[in-house]
This record gives sequence, C-alpha cells and structure tokens, in this order.
Amino acid sequence: MADGYLIAFIALATLATFLTRALPFLLLSKQADHPLLAFLGRYLPPVLMVLLVVYALRTPLVEGDGLVQSLVALTVVTALHLLARNALISILGGTFCYMLLVQSLMPLGG
Amino acid sequence: MASRPDSFQSSPAPGPQSSSALRLSLPVMFGYIPLGIAFGVLFSDLGYHWLWATAMGLFIYAGAAQFLAVGLIANHAGLFEVFVAILLLNARHLVYGLSLISTLDLKGWRRWYLIFALTDETYSLLSITRSGSQNTLQLRIAALNQGYWVFGCTLGAWLGSRLDLPTQGAEFALPALFTVLAIEQYRAVRRPLLFLAALAVAGLALMISADNMLMIAILLAVSLLLMARGREAS
Repeated sequence: MADGYLIAFIALATLATFLTRALPFLLLSKQADHPLLAFLGRYLPPVLMVLLVVYALRTPLVEGDGLVQSLVALTVVTALHLLARNALISILGGTFCYMLLVQSLMPLGG
Repeated sequence: MASRPDSFQSSPAPGPQSSSALRLSLPVMFGYIPLGIAFGVLFSDLGYHWLWATAMGLFIYAGAAQFLAVGLIANHAGLFEVFVAILLLNARHLVYGLSLISTLDLKGWRRWYLIFALTDETYSLLSITRSGSQNTLQLRIAALNQGYWVFGCTLGAWLGSRLDLPTQGAEFALPALFTVLAIEQYRAVRRPLLFLAALAVAGLALMISADNMLMIAILLAVSLLLMARGREAS
C-alpha cells in the first residue's frame, strides 16, 4: 500500500521532532545559550498546550454537540491530575469517563 | 524491533549495566506501554495497517506529537501545518538539550541516537546518570524506553485492527493529554496571565476559522510572545 500522504506525514513529523531535539547540540558552541532560544523554550510550551487543548476540542466547541460531555471529562482529568499527579491515570480516567458518557449515559446527537 | 527488551537480555555480554538500565527504566515501561497501546488503538480507527503505528513509534517517537498526528491525519491537515505544529509542540526539547550537553560524551551514531531518543522520560532518567563510564548505560536506557513505546504502539494498533473495540469517544485521549501537559506547564511556569492570553488567542483563532485555527493561533501567539519579549528587553 503506497499512501503518499502518510509517508510524507511521518517523514515531516520525524524531521520536526528530531530538529527540536538536535538544535541545541547543533548550535552547541555558538548559540546554545542564546536568550531567544531559552525564552521560546520556556514560554512557547505552556502557550502551545493551551492552544492544543482548544484545538483538540474545536468540534464540540463549534458545533455544541458533545460539549457538556467534554467539559465533564475535562473536569475529571483536571481533578485526577491535581489529586494523583499521574499523567497516565488522568488521561485514561478522563478518556474512559468520556467514552462512558457518549456510549451510554449521554449519547451524542445526530 | 531490535531494541525490544528480550533482545537486550539475550545480548552476548549483558553485564551488570543491562540489569541496572532495565531497573532504572521500569517506571517508564509502566507508562510507555499503556500509553503506546492507547495511541495504537486510536490510530487503528484511521483504517491504516497496524505496521504504520510501529513505523511512527520507531521514527517519530514522541508521545504528544503522535497523539496529535492522529487528529491531523484524520483531518488530512496540510503538511506545512503538520511540520510547524509538531516543531512547536516539541519546543520544550530545546531546553532539555541545553542542560544535557555537558553529560553527553558519546560520539558518532550513538550520540545521534541518544539525541533522537530524548523524550521527556528519557531525559529525566539521563539527567540522573553521570558522564564518563556511564555511556553504554545511557544508550541502554534510551533504547529500552523506545522499545517499550514501539511495543505499546504496535500492540495497540494490532489489537485495534483485530478486535472490534467499542472505541467511540477514545479520541478524548488527545484533549486529556494536552490538559495534563498544560497543568504540568502551569506548575513550571506560574504565569496566569500567559495562560489566559493563550486561551483568548485560541478563542479568537477559533472564531476566525475553525478549520485553520491551529495555524492562526500559533502565528498569533508567537507574534505576541516576541512582541512581549521586545518590550521586556527595551
């Protein structure tokens, strides 16, 4: 099976990930402690995580369908993470909660 | 899958180091295998052969990026957007490398493999090893961790393609993962205003165009950050 899109996707995602890991080593002698690099490395991740939460929830946010279920599950994730601080428990707990809601308790509308 | 745990144990000269690498990496195993399975199950819903999940674990090897990838592939997102989104998603790695430079004294392909395999969890383990005689220990830890991840991704995608799992709603793992990462970021960078501004930018981008919101929001956020830094510096 020759899926050109998927192959290009994996290649670009590999390159992008490797670049972020290798950049400090490639710039080792000259710019490794460049203040701009340190600034972006510190403040970009928190900003991006917030953007990604909204991005991942854009369908229920725009269409409204599944919004209540998402907010309930999001609360579960946050509560679990504040209480137990175990990423795996928080993610799986929230996901199972959402699955339970949309599969039986509060099915998504048409 | 040359780096699976069992092939490690049967290598010709295990020595005491392999057992300590195994012991050190055990907590990562308990995290990576279930999370890898979750990725694999989610990926199998896209309808591709399960071996593609193995390939993603082998080549991309980044948890958050692979979860995001499932959403991007499902949307058939533009490749430029994919590149920028994953580049910025992994921007935190910029800081990891900086703090490890002095302890990484491997050369050649071993050095490049270690840099390639520098995930959050591998970084946290490597930062407690020291430079010098621990070179192979660092390499073993990195390879074991990737082995766990690839194993989990493969198993999840294979199970998802064989069994008819009731996966409706499993895609919530993506916002759940990012929420956890955002909380962790808040613990590291306690700037409430930064998070509120990011939320506002995301909302604005969503109103401009739901389809292109990620790209718009990233461009807006980076511009605002650079402007804020310029003001701070002057």
